[in-house]
Amino acid sequence: MTAVPQPAAARETHVTAEATAALRPALPAWVGRAASRVGFTLLSVGLFCALWELLWALGISDARLLPPPHVFLSNFPEQAKFFNTAQRWQVGVGLNSGPSPAGAVMITILASAARVFAGLLIASTLSITIGVLIRYYVAVEKLALPTITLLSPVSPIAWLPVAIFLFGIGDAPAIFMVVVALFFHMVLATISQIDQVNRNLINVARTMGATKFQTYSRVIIPAILPGLLVVLRLNLFGAWMVVLVAESTGVGYGLGQVIMLARNTFNPSLVFFTIALIGVLGFASDWALRMVQKRILYWVPETTGVLRGL
Amino acid sequence: MCRNVSKVWAAGTDRAHAALHGIDLDIAPGEFTVLIGPSGCGKSTLLYLVAGLEPETDGEIWSFGDRVVAPSPDRSLIFQETSLFPWLTVWQNVSFGLSIRGTPAAERKAVAREALHRVGLTEAIDKRPDELSGGMRQRVAVARALAMRPKVLLMDEPFAALDVQTRTKMQDFLLDVWRDSSASILFVTHHIEEAIALADRVVVFTSRPGRVKTIVPIDMPRPRDPFSARSEALRKQLTDILRDEVDRAFAEQEALAV
Repeated sequence: MTAVPQPAAARETHVTAEATAALRPALPAWVGRAASRVGFTLLSVGLFCALWELLWALGISDARLLPPPHVFLSNFPEQAKFFNTAQRWQVGVGLNSGPSPAGAVMITILASAARVFAGLLIASTLSITIGVLIRYYVAVEKLALPTITLLSPVSPIAWLPVAIFLFGIGDAPAIFMVVVALFFHMVLATISQIDQVNRNLINVARTMGATKFQTYSRVIIPAILPGLLVVLRLNLFGAWMVVLVAESTGVGYGLGQVIMLARNTFNPSLVFFTIALIGVLGFASDWALRMVQKRILYWVPETTGVLRGL
Repeated sequence: MCRNVSKVWAAGTDRAHAALHGIDLDIAPGEFTVLIGPSGCGKSTLLYLVAGLEPETDGEIWSFGDRVVAPSPDRSLIFQETSLFPWLTVWQNVSFGLSIRGTPAAERKAVAREALHRVGLTEAIDKRPDELSGGMRQRVAVARALAMRPKVLLMDEPFAALDVQTRTKMQDFLLDVWRDSSASILFVTHHIEEAIALADRVVVFTSRPGRVKTIVPIDMPRPRDPFSARSEALRKQLTDILRDEVDRAFAEQEALAV
């Protein structure tokens, strides 16, 4: 091997070119990259499912307890029946009233997703504001930070009764649970991001006569955005976890409520079907947030390339 | 300019250590002064104090008749590492100080173009910092400092991260900029060759706590030949002075380690 330095672009396409040998260079490079990413995602999930199916085919796992994917995914109408959005359990509501099964699944999914994003939005707005205020005003730090640090190790589960006391039943307690699960950590993360801002950038602004407010708004806030979006992405999964717990206590409808129903009626197929839905949703929302990240943070370079080169 | 200036870091705690002690230093307007000394001798600290970013523990710093108490656009500081804002374009970086004052965008861009012209980077005006090489970024940083029309340019080893060829180029470039701008320059380096190439006067610091050991005037006309007999003699003189200090600094560190 000679040590001729390759142009960066050539090296980048080199990796994907191997993976998608079928694609000719006539296609734009991003098509190859996207195809390879989708391909590997499917392969990763496929391998996992294949292993599961194999265990089932060999008779090692019991289909009644751990139904393999082809079982719990095949009977969609049967599963969808349980996504009960018309409150059919109430007296006087017919079993066949309400939206179609597919419609009910969509409504359930959207309801849970809306709670996750409402919670995420409220939690990030609140925690970034308060995190910045804590560093901006010493008085706020002294008065608020001890309490925030004290409350941050409390498990979201402990807040569940509080959510019900305060908000009863419905969307509000679920959103509250998401907010409370993320808020404290995100405040602490915001503070640590502020502390890590390159001192030189702050000093440059100061020597140019920037006021404290200008230093925060023009330098510190843009400088912490990349880190904050990473924090937000990590907390997105946390939000999906918490919303399920909150919904399982009764919010009308939602994925958590379906899981609870499956548990009470001993329906493993429904459990796995719902888990599959949640996985896909979490994956999709992470992808959406990554797209937002790319759009907002145009100046942050892609860093994974270095690790690939190892 | 500096009267009996001292700086103690972490004063009043058990980690207190003196960085500077009793510095007396006068810099004439338009003069190019280079500070040189063993690493950790407090030469960068002095720049921070002159910039007004850190308060002095003792003594006074004066700049053009005013006591230095806070940072001012009159005294621009240029750092060793890139300190450009990565989310702004080159011209927005250069005119950052003006945007702080609320200058309209059209005027800012004009000033930025003029400053970039002086550092020879007009074509990079709409680029972002990560598209530039290290030397170009430092030139943008210099343009940003010049756009504020400072009376004093403070430079903290600005070319230390550059390769030797770029560094020599940047020194020539800096001398051109300095001639045009009439600003005083206070320049920190640990490179003796760099000090001889640039300075009107070289101020040699002792090891910690930093004191002014000697001041060596560089009595050579510019452009200077780094291989002339006079350059060689100065290099030898400064190397000898510095070696004493470096030896002392090492001895102290060893004594501390025991």
